[in-house]
Amino acid sequence: MSAIHCRDLCKTFHQGEEEITGLDHVSLDIEAGSFVALVGPSGSGKTTLLNAMGGLDRPDSGEIVLGDTRIDTLDQGELADLRLNRIGFVFQSYNLVPVLSARENVEFVMQLQGVGAQERAARAEAVLAEIGLEGLSGRRPAELSGGQQQRVAVARAIASEPQLILADEPTANLDSHSATQLMELFVHLNREHKVTFVMATHDTRVMRYARRVVSLQDGRIESDQRTPEAVE
Amino acid sequence: MGAGISRLAWRNLWRNRRRTLIMLAAVAVGVWAMVFMSAMMRGMVDEMVRSGLEQLPGMVQIHQRAYRDDPSVVNSMPSPEGTLQAALAEPPVTAWAARVRVPAMVASARASRGLTLLGVDPAAERALGSVPPTISEGRFLEDEHDRGVVLGQRLVERLESDLGKRVVIMSQDPQNDVADRGVRVVGIYKARLPGDEERFAYAGRAALQELLQVPGQVSEVAVMATDYRRPQALVEHLARAAGPQLEVLPWTELDPFLSSMLDLQDGFSLVFMVVVFLALSFGLVNTLAMAVFERIREIGLMQALGMRPGLILRQVLLESLYLLLLGLAVGNGAAWLTIKPLESGIELSSVARGMEMFAMGATLYPALYWRDMVLATVVVLGLGVLASLIPAWRAARLDPIRALNSH
Ligand SMILES: Nc1ncnc2c1ncn2[C@@H]1O[C@H](COP(=O)(O)OP(=O)(O)OP(=O)(O)O)[C@@H](O)[C@H]1O
Ligand SMILES: [Mg+2]
Repeated sequence: MSAIHCRDLCKTFHQGEEEITGLDHVSLDIEAGSFVALVGPSGSGKTTLLNAMGGLDRPDSGEIVLGDTRIDTLDQGELADLRLNRIGFVFQSYNLVPVLSARENVEFVMQLQGVGAQERAARAEAVLAEIGLEGLSGRRPAELSGGQQQRVAVARAIASEPQLILADEPTANLDSHSATQLMELFVHLNREHKVTFVMATHDTRVMRYARRVVSLQDGRIESDQRTPEAVE
Repeated sequence: MGAGISRLAWRNLWRNRRRTLIMLAAVAVGVWAMVFMSAMMRGMVDEMVRSGLEQLPGMVQIHQRAYRDDPSVVNSMPSPEGTLQAALAEPPVTAWAARVRVPAMVASARASRGLTLLGVDPAAERALGSVPPTISEGRFLEDEHDRGVVLGQRLVERLESDLGKRVVIMSQDPQNDVADRGVRVVGIYKARLPGDEERFAYAGRAALQELLQVPGQVSEVAVMATDYRRPQALVEHLARAAGPQLEVLPWTELDPFLSSMLDLQDGFSLVFMVVVFLALSFGLVNTLAMAVFERIREIGLMQALGMRPGLILRQVLLESLYLLLLGLAVGNGAAWLTIKPLESGIELSSVARGMEMFAMGATLYPALYWRDMVLATVVVLGLGVLASLIPAWRAARLDPIRALNSH
C-alpha cells in the first residue's frame, strides 16, 4: 500500500516577470513504512515537493493522494486539519515554540488534536524517553542544543501519531555527531513505529540512512534508487 | 485547547517584559484617569444637583393641580394635615416645608421691582436647606409670624433701600384685590447666583397668609428625601396620601434642565473614556503588531503544525485581553485608592469664585461609583479587543510557508 502518491505534479513560481520551475511533472509513489531521501542540488524542488505532500502548499496541477485522501483539492482549513492529524513535520530549524518547554512542545500538537491531558502526558513521557531526552523535558528550546531541539521536534512529530513524517533538511544545522544521532533516531522510529519518513537533504552524510533515494534536478525526478541494504 | 492557548498567550505576554510593563502602565494610567475623572465629575454634578434641589427646593413638590399653570394665590392648597402630614413624617422624607409663593411687587420710595415672594417657616426651610446661604446684613426671619422681610443685596441696591428701612410689598389676594403692606427690611442676603438676589424675597409665612387673607393655605409643599436619584417611589407614596386634588411631582419634572445634568454626566463620562481609550489604542495596537511581527516564524510553525487561523487569532486576542485585564485591575485599584481618601472633600476655595456660576460649593466631593468602574472596564475591554483584532487578524492570515521562511 502506498503512504502517499503523487502524480504529475507541476508548480511554477512567479517572481515578477520571471517564471521559476518548482516542480515539473513529478510522479512519485511512496510505500507505507518506507524511509525516503529526496536529494538534489539547491533549487531542485525538494522543499516544494515536501510542502505539496504535507499540505502546506498546493501544486498548480497533478494529484496527491495521502492514504486514501486526495489532498491537493482541500481548502485551507481542511489542509490545517490534515497537517495536524496525519502529517508530522521536522524543519531545518526553528522547529519549537520558544515559550514552551520540550515536553510542552511535544504535547502541543496532541493538545491541538484534542488528546486528553493524561494520555498526552503519558505519550510525551514515553516519546521523550524513547529519544533519550527524558531528563531535559522541562527545558525551553533556548536551553537545548541544536541536535536536542531537532530530536524534540521528532518526538513531537511521532507523538501525534502521523501517517507520514516530512523532514526538510533536518540535519543542515547539526554537527556530524548530532546528525548521525538524529538519523539513527529516524531509522529506529521508522522501524519501531512503522511511520513513513520522507526527508529532503543534500547532506551526503545522511543519505545513506534512507532505503530509497529520489534525486531531483530542476524540478524533475532524475533518478530513484532503492538501497535494500541501507545502513543499520 | 483553551488551556493550551491561554498558557501560550500568557507566556508570550511576558516575553518582552519591558514592553509589556510599559503598555500595562499606560492602560492602568488610562483606566485610572477614566475612573478618577468620572468620580470628580460625579462629585461636581452631585453638588450641582444638591444645591439645585435646595433652591428648587425639594426633591418632590406638592401643589394644587392648577398651580403650575397659574401660580397665583387662588390656586393654593391647605397646609398638610392628616394622612399627608403622616406620610411626610415617614422615611425616606428627611425634611419638608410648606410655603406660600406668590408673585409680588416690592417698592421703596425710589423704585419698585417685581419678584417672587416666599412666605416661609424659617425652621422648616432651614431643615430643607433652602434659606439663603449668607445673610450679609441684619438677620433672617425669626419665625413664620415675623413681620419683616428679607431682601437680596442686589435688590436692595436697585431699590436704593437699606437694612432697617421700610418697603411696601404688594400682591393679589384671592379676590384679585391688591393686598399691600409696609414692612421693614430686617435682613439682606447674598445668593450663590447674584440674579437670584433680585428674584426672591422672604417673608414670614403666617404674616403673608394674613396679608393675602388665606389663613392656613400654602402654595407648595417642598419635600426632601434621602436619595435624589429615585424620587419616583416617594412621589407615588405621597400622591396616595395627598389625594386627587393635589399634584405631586418629582424634581426631574419640575426642573428638567437639572435632571438632564445627570444624563449628561453619563454621556460625558463615556465620551471621556472613549477619548482616553483612543489614545491608548494606538499603543496597544502597535505593541501587539510588534509582538506578532517578532513571532512570524513561530506563527508559521504553529500553522504548519495544523493550528487553524481561528486559534491563532484567539491566541493574540487572549494576549491582549490579559494585558487589558491586568491594566484594568491596576487602574481601577489605583482609582479606588486615590478617590476614597478624597471623598471627604477637596477644598476648592481658590477656584471657588468661578465655580459659583455652576451653583457649586467651595468643596468638591468626588464620588466613586461602581458603574463608572464598570463602564471604564467595558469600554477598555470592548474597544481593546476590537482594536486587537487588527494585529490578530494579520497574524491569523499569515501564509505558513512565507512565515516559516521569514527572518
Ligand atoms: N515562494 C517562492 N517564490 C519564488 N520562487 C520559489 C519560491 N519557493 C521556491 N522557489 C523556487 O523554486 C525552486 C525550487 O525551490 P525549492 O525550495 O523546492 O528547492 P530545494 O530543492 O528545496 O532547495 P534547497 O536545497 O536550497 O532547499 C527554486 O528555484 C526556488 O528558487
Ligand atoms: Mg529546500
